[in-house]
Amino acid sequence: MKPGPLYQRDRQWHPPALTPDYKTSVSRSPQYSMISLETTVSEITGPVFGHNDIDPIDKDLLSNYAKPGESPIGERIILHGRVLDENARPIPNTLVEIWQANAGGRYRHKKDTYLAPIDPNFGGCGRTISDADGYYHFRTVKPGAYPWRNWVNNWRPAHIHMSIFGTAFAQRLITQCYFEGDPLIAKCPIVNSIPDPQAVEQLTARLDLNATIPLDTIAYKFDIVVRGRRSILFENRPEGN
Amino acid sequence: MRQELNYLKETPSQTAGPYVHIGLAPGAAGFDIYRQELGWDIAGPNARGERIRVEGCVIDGMGSPIKDVLLEAWQANAEGIYAHPEHDGEVEEGFRGWGRVITDFDTGEWGFDTVKPGPVTNADGRVMAPHISLWIVARGINVGLQTRLYFEDEADANAADPVIGLIEWERRRQTLIARRSERDGKPVYRFDIKLQGQDETVFFDI
Repeated sequence: MKPGPLYQRDRQWHPPALTPDYKTSVSRSPQYSMISLETTVSEITGPVFGHNDIDPIDKDLLSNYAKPGESPIGERIILHGRVLDENARPIPNTLVEIWQANAGGRYRHKKDTYLAPIDPNFGGCGRTISDADGYYHFRTVKPGAYPWRNWVNNWRPAHIHMSIFGTAFAQRLITQCYFEGDPLIAKCPIVNSIPDPQAVEQLTARLDLNATIPLDTIAYKFDIVVRGRRSILFENRPEGN
Repeated sequence: MRQELNYLKETPSQTAGPYVHIGLAPGAAGFDIYRQELGWDIAGPNARGERIRVEGCVIDGMGSPIKDVLLEAWQANAEGIYAHPEHDGEVEEGFRGWGRVITDFDTGEWGFDTVKPGPVTNADGRVMAPHISLWIVARGINVGLQTRLYFEDEADANAADPVIGLIEWERRRQTLIARRSERDGKPVYRFDIKLQGQDETVFFDI
């Protein structure tokens, strides 16, 4: 038994390309049908990263841009979880990258002009490689909500952007992690691009008191699932499909 | 009572948003934080084969270049081998075959330097024409778009390519062919990606 092609992506679980309430999608959504392609070697392979590529401090957003002895303003949080596949197998040694606004809802980006201030001790990005059990963790501040131009008065719920590689280029995924209890989640047109409420729940990190550091840092748990792979049980058609 | 299958669901995608650079290319966002950013050297110094440049724009339904798009490229080396443990064969020291590409914020133009990949033999034994896989994310794109770049000067291989062959319409096949020219003696391939319209680029549901 050897690993084969990836499971087909459930396009009804993901948001469709065209979601008119998220206005920017209207002119950026392909209109023709995609061509269905069973994964070839070009898609079941993907880039491999190692500990030479990144530094241990990269996963600590409380210190990776702070001046010595200082730290960013905001609620200190641990964001942790596992990278798994659809078969619930851990994905070890895979790169996880995150980026976010600061506690006031401002991004450190030359194109962000929101009036909330830049935090001099907060860059807003981090990266790590999952361990042998697929486990990852970051330390950061909880991001703030912020307004954006869509309807006249839209506010993004607090969120952390996440980029995941898996082991195959066709597992490549970018998503956003929300925080349980945020009343803005239900009102957000980007969240609501996802048709199934259960899928929104999957993007909502849970408060995880067991992972907190008492008198120091609160914790949220967020597992990430990348596509699973078929096992080749019978090679009925070895000469090609 | 039926048994449960107990598969997990893939984490749903969300847009990369306008500030994707903070996470994946912080220098472009305007600050210096990491010892090294990833994905700027696709082929490395030791790669064999023809050195090429690839350039293009991603164009929205209004005909405007998208200035906040980010692309990733994935390719085999000149011998058709991927830098991955599941692909048999060795690649050159320093060859990763993966790159990250951002645009000029003023024009939307992007480009990258690499080596031209070789034909790749799939697990079923069929040979695919030289190609670079591309993954495209941006504000307004809810799930990253996947396409392939093929090379104009590989007409025979392209004609026999099993993936191009899945596309029924000749006009649509042409959207995957990068056009070759030369600049200062170096080959430059032009690959504009159109998200909508009659010449919408072919995207794959992989």
